[in-house]
Amino acid sequence: MPKASFSRTIEEINKKIRAGKAVVVTAEQMGEIVKKSGPEKAAKEVDVVTTGTFSPMCSSGAFINFGHSKPTTKASKVWLNGVPAYAGLAAVDIYIGATEPTEDDPLNRVHPGQFKYGGGHVIQDLVAGKKVELLATAYGTDCYPNREIKKKVTISDLPYAMLFNPRNAYQNYNCAVNLTNKTIYTYMGVLKPHAGNANFATAGQLSPLLNDPYYRAIGLGTRIFIGGAKGHVVGPGTQHNPRAARGPNGVPLSPAGTIMVMGDMKAMDPRWVAGVSMLGYGCSLAVGIGIPIPVLDADMARFTGVTDEEIFTQIIDYGGDYPKGQAHSLGKVSYAELKSGSIRFNGSDVPTVPVSSYVRALEIANILKGWIERGEFLLTQPVEGLPSVERAE
Amino acid sequence: MYSKMLSLRFPKKTANKPVVYSLVKKFDLTFNIMKATIYPREEGFMVMELSGHKTNFQRGIRYLKSLGIQVDSIGQDIRRDDRKCFQCGACTAVCPTGALYVKRPQMEVLFDRDKCSACELCVSACPAKAMEIRFNKALLS
Ligand code: SF4
Ligand code: SF4
Repeated sequence: MPKASFSRTIEEINKKIRAGKAVVVTAEQMGEIVKKSGPEKAAKEVDVVTTGTFSPMCSSGAFINFGHSKPTTKASKVWLNGVPAYAGLAAVDIYIGATEPTEDDPLNRVHPGQFKYGGGHVIQDLVAGKKVELLATAYGTDCYPNREIKKKVTISDLPYAMLFNPRNAYQNYNCAVNLTNKTIYTYMGVLKPHAGNANFATAGQLSPLLNDPYYRAIGLGTRIFIGGAKGHVVGPGTQHNPRAARGPNGVPLSPAGTIMVMGDMKAMDPRWVAGVSMLGYGCSLAVGIGIPIPVLDADMARFTGVTDEEIFTQIIDYGGDYPKGQAHSLGKVSYAELKSGSIRFNGSDVPTVPVSSYVRALEIANILKGWIERGEFLLTQPVEGLPSVERAE
Repeated sequence: MYSKMLSLRFPKKTANKPVVYSLVKKFDLTFNIMKATIYPREEGFMVMELSGHKTNFQRGIRYLKSLGIQVDSIGQDIRRDDRKCFQCGACTAVCPTGALYVKRPQMEVLFDRDKCSACELCVSACPAKAMEIRFNKALLS
């Protein structure tokens, strides 16, 4: 009879957290531990591995209720600091999307456009406690006769402000180059002609979903760090694709899983929710997300022990193939190569450029580690898993 | 729209010519004079912000130089607001001098002001708008 292998439950981990006895390490540290002791031993030693990511994440936004006016209003069009919000929800409910530019933004009329202010900046200003101008227009009804509201609001004036991001924390992402003969401006940053630079966008070994490749521990209800506060995963994100090709270690070799997340903006810190302007592309929001991963067994120890040498992504031409909708891999690179400063591509050395912050990702993993060590943050059993795939054994 | 703060040093013979007028008229440029002085030996010194279409701007500069005026771009002192910078590294794609660079393996993005040529490429490329242009006010006093 084979010896029953070691395992622990989330309840057991939480008991240790409450007692202040849980062993918590960052995903960066876990890589070293697993390399040194192997996954079996690492699983016995470590209870929780913390991950982190801080990056511009489009598909972010916020649900806001701005409270009733006297007389009452059924807002049909709403702007926050001149940025249009979606008002087709209810009388005073809106959704402001991170990539929405100011209504009179010159966009790309003078290319590359600057996109100085947009939805992401509105969200950051609110989180920072700044005054934001709210303008709402209405057609007037018997129960909601008022036609216009114009007032300055701060987040404390808003009855409800929830960051609600339909797609964040991409599990792996492309490495972007530009094979045309002129500079292009993309959501992956500035790409110089003739593959002058290669840009990449995840925190590699620290990135949440790369440490739980089959989503064993992350699902609906998972408590997370978001924007400096505690929030939750509410399901698979848009474009969640578990069927992407995977390496022998189970880690996807191209963009794969995503999560939908939410968190109370009133508890957030503007350090971790920052409006961004991508030259020539548009506005967005940089979001800090950290997810604790329970080391349930040796299998999870192996997954969370993944290092940059074992995570690969594909080089994609954003100058030609990608805009044509014909993206295909021009080669495979590891995150260790990407982080080294240059990669070999078509026989020459191409400098690499990160567009996601590894420094901030590590800071998040460490903050989360501190919360758990101090018993301020308990782990959760997901109510529902994310769609996954059968594992190749 | 292209705009730069310039210092102009006029030799004695041109100090009384209407060169600024010609810049506006011939090259469709706009200007904002910050300081203008004529020194005792009749050379002139002027600090102005010159703006316009980039090709007109360059033609205007060539015109000034053809008159024997020494033109220098000044005042572009680039700083990084470290509260805004979130250490992504996107700016290293455009920085031609290596003033903005990644320290490995920590992946910290550092700014070495001594290497900065004030080319301003990072100013619009930084997603956090952390790179700022400061005019060197010392030249105006
Ligand atoms: S692009 Fe801006 S935010 Fe990113 S590292 Fe450079 S200066 Fe900092
Ligand atoms: S101004 Fe130019 S040289 Fe200076 S840091 Fe920015 S990109 Fe580099």
